[in-house]
Amino acid sequence: MMNVAQQNGGSRSEARLLSAILIVAICLTLAPVLRLFVEGVTDQGSPSLTLMRDVLAQPSTLSALKHSLVTAGVGTLVSLVLGAAFAFLVALTDLRAKAALVFCLMIPMMIPPQITALSWTQIMGPSSVLLKTLGIAPPLGAPQPLYSPEGIIFLLGIQHMSIIFLTLRAGLRSIPQDVVEAARISGAKGLRTWWQVVMPLTFPSLAAGTAITFVTALGNFGIPAMLGIPAGYATLPTLVYQKLAGMGTTVLAEVSVLAMLIGVVAVAGILLQRLCQSRQKLHLVGSTSRPLALPLGAARLPVEILLWAVVFAILVLPMFGLLATSLVPAYGVTLRFDTVTFASWYEVLFRQPVTSRAFANSFGLAAGASVALVMICLPLAWLMERRKTRLARLFDSLLDLPYALPGVVLSIAMILLLIKLPFTEATLYGTIWIIFLAYLARFFAVMFRPVQASLKQFNPAMDEAAQSVGASLYRRLRDVIFPLSAPAAAAGAILVFLTAFNELTVSALLWSSGTETLGVVIFNLDDSGETGMASALAMTIVIVVVVLMALIQLFSRRFPKGVVPWQT
Amino acid sequence: MADIDLSSVGKTFAGTPALQDITTRFDDGEFVALLGPSGCGKTTLLRILAGFEAPSSGQIRIGTHEMANAQTGANLPPEERNIGFVFQSYALWPHMSVRRNVSYPLEIRRFSKTEIARHTDAALAATGLETYAHRMPSDLSGGQRQRVALARCLVSDPCAVLLDEPLANLDVALRATMQGVFTDFHKRTGATMVYVTHDQAEAMAMADRIAVMDQGRIQQFDTPQTLYERPKNRFVAEFVGRGTVVPVQEVAQAGDARQARILGAEVAVQSARAERQVSHVCLRPENLTISESGDLRSKVARVTYMGGKYLLETVTDCGARLFAETRARFDVGAQLGLTITTPWAFSEE
Repeated sequence: MMNVAQQNGGSRSEARLLSAILIVAICLTLAPVLRLFVEGVTDQGSPSLTLMRDVLAQPSTLSALKHSLVTAGVGTLVSLVLGAAFAFLVALTDLRAKAALVFCLMIPMMIPPQITALSWTQIMGPSSVLLKTLGIAPPLGAPQPLYSPEGIIFLLGIQHMSIIFLTLRAGLRSIPQDVVEAARISGAKGLRTWWQVVMPLTFPSLAAGTAITFVTALGNFGIPAMLGIPAGYATLPTLVYQKLAGMGTTVLAEVSVLAMLIGVVAVAGILLQRLCQSRQKLHLVGSTSRPLALPLGAARLPVEILLWAVVFAILVLPMFGLLATSLVPAYGVTLRFDTVTFASWYEVLFRQPVTSRAFANSFGLAAGASVALVMICLPLAWLMERRKTRLARLFDSLLDLPYALPGVVLSIAMILLLIKLPFTEATLYGTIWIIFLAYLARFFAVMFRPVQASLKQFNPAMDEAAQSVGASLYRRLRDVIFPLSAPAAAAGAILVFLTAFNELTVSALLWSSGTETLGVVIFNLDDSGETGMASALAMTIVIVVVVLMALIQLFSRRFPKGVVPWQT
Repeated sequence: MADIDLSSVGKTFAGTPALQDITTRFDDGEFVALLGPSGCGKTTLLRILAGFEAPSSGQIRIGTHEMANAQTGANLPPEERNIGFVFQSYALWPHMSVRRNVSYPLEIRRFSKTEIARHTDAALAATGLETYAHRMPSDLSGGQRQRVALARCLVSDPCAVLLDEPLANLDVALRATMQGVFTDFHKRTGATMVYVTHDQAEAMAMADRIAVMDQGRIQQFDTPQTLYERPKNRFVAEFVGRGTVVPVQEVAQAGDARQARILGAEVAVQSARAERQVSHVCLRPENLTISESGDLRSKVARVTYMGGKYLLETVTDCGARLFAETRARFDVGAQLGLTITTPWAFSEE
């Protein structure tokens, strides 16, 4: 400590505060992951791999692993095709209304997966209200086509295409126009420029996007749970859920091994993504003054129509299905002017005690997590920027882990850590606090990264000026650093709120009666056949999501660069 | 009393020395300039005085208080030093009005509302900012911003004011005006001021004494006149003014007067009494007169018009490059004679 203070000068209170917050942050984010690892390789306190061997030898484990790899892998390919096509067209050509297109393409990522699954099941299958109303529903008894591996793959592909789109678009925008012009001057024509100049330059960002999409798809719980459980098709996350829901904490050791298995595959993907991203930095030499803009000419209007048609099909159509289902008195009735009713909406929003409780829980958890994370991340990001100690740099490279790791892994880790608090008989399992702490861990990076991005552009003289006129660390944080990074903190807080408000994966494993979240309630309503109410609730959430996203978009000009995730 | 005392202050960054063994004293009320090329350690020294960096060795006192001591590891944080700091980037807080920027130091010191208003008004008046009090920093010009920064550090009556290249971002005309502002400010407050700059004209115009720095050391610390007329070594001679350093071939001592052979010519030189042996002389344009009968035959290599006079870069027959000033115009390639008059001589090992 002494050594650090000497090197950097400044006040010792900074060093002390940094250590204090850093310890809190490490306990929050990295301790659960570490605890899970310990559980996997020990048996009643002594190092042992027998449990791991047993669980990995079970046929259900192997089939779930296979299902996970197949759905995540092929789903990633679907995302890749859709996302890459959109990214190339939006980033490289002279399409009109790009901002609106980008905003619409971001919505699938922000809508929680269980709602995506619910909405798509409402526009397919024999009991679809929308299809019945249009008179094109398949006959009763026909299977729901989405209750299948193909259905899971398709929806995973749509859900995560935004990730590919964003990373690739950022990569493409960093290619300066003169690179292509230089190729043309040298005599390269048309597709040759494309294959020999543009593609090699975009490869790292494409590979990074693909790796992180795979990890996200692997950890997805909402889609395989809504579509796979009815079809008897289990992936690793749903297997963990089913085991824990069926047998309670007695199988905790066993599911820890499963969680570790997912974790290992995910970490491999994350490492691949890091590797690709560091390679991309090599390409970012020279000015990026004018990004590429290829004229589409006569093809512009047809391409625009095609793109908006795709957006309509994957975004608007399912929402119509959801809306239609929410407006009929009973599931399966056709929607006509005389059958329209808001009964489901009224019931779910005002009558059901469990939904109002869930609203309160989700709102409280999301708002609480946002506020708590602002309080932790803002001073931490600032101090880490000021004093780059070894521990701080190590934490910086690991803090994405709880967010990047699948939610199931984090949930199991949290249960292990908090089921019996050290030195006491108390437990947090079954209380709302375990969900709250899990949210803090999971969304730490969502808050930290935008704040860090904005503080990196912050002139340290602002702080030093306050220091030289006598302001203490607390005063400087309050009067200078907080006001100046408030826009970034606000954007981060809204993002945390948005993601936490809709969250299902973590709370699905951690909830108990009385601590339901909105994600859990939608899942349970659909599970128990209350599709109308589930749809009404889902529609409400979609509206909240879009309004919050629009709010960020509205203020995006006031945020420093790199704060709004879809404007990188 | 706010003398600043430094004793064998050193600073290393990751093993590379940035400052080495600085021992000096800045007197109370003095306007000191730290002058040197970029990378000479002048900003590091200033930041150590402010407390933004801790010295790796040595100790610093301001007045009777010890600020930093590398032996004991003591390092008073900047917020407890009661110093003023003016930044090159001004570092005004963009979310506060001009008035709030200036009054903030008083808020920190828990002055009463009326006291804050009185002192703030005085500081704004002293810097001519009364009419801008309610503007935001983004609505001000560069010179106005720097005046706000000055008002902000004047308001809390600091025992020393440190300025880090405060005029570097301003245009030439504004720089001259702001020099006047700083000098007036110094006269009125009598505060000890330490001013970092790489512009010698700026340092000469304002400072009582200038510390010329190079490679982490103070090469010479003297008044502007002394620095110019009596440089201690080659670096100072070449860095300050337009000095050319040439070796002395032979010295003859006759009482206080010294006679030396320079570039083949016999010239009377001046030097410090203590200097036993001199090895080099510093030739400035005013040490050279152009005459037909000059001993040094040289050829004009370059002519620069300086407004009213010309600066000639000449090459002597023996290959030395000398600068001379003249009101008459010469053409490149013209032959002329130069006479050297009483240059300053010093010894260089």
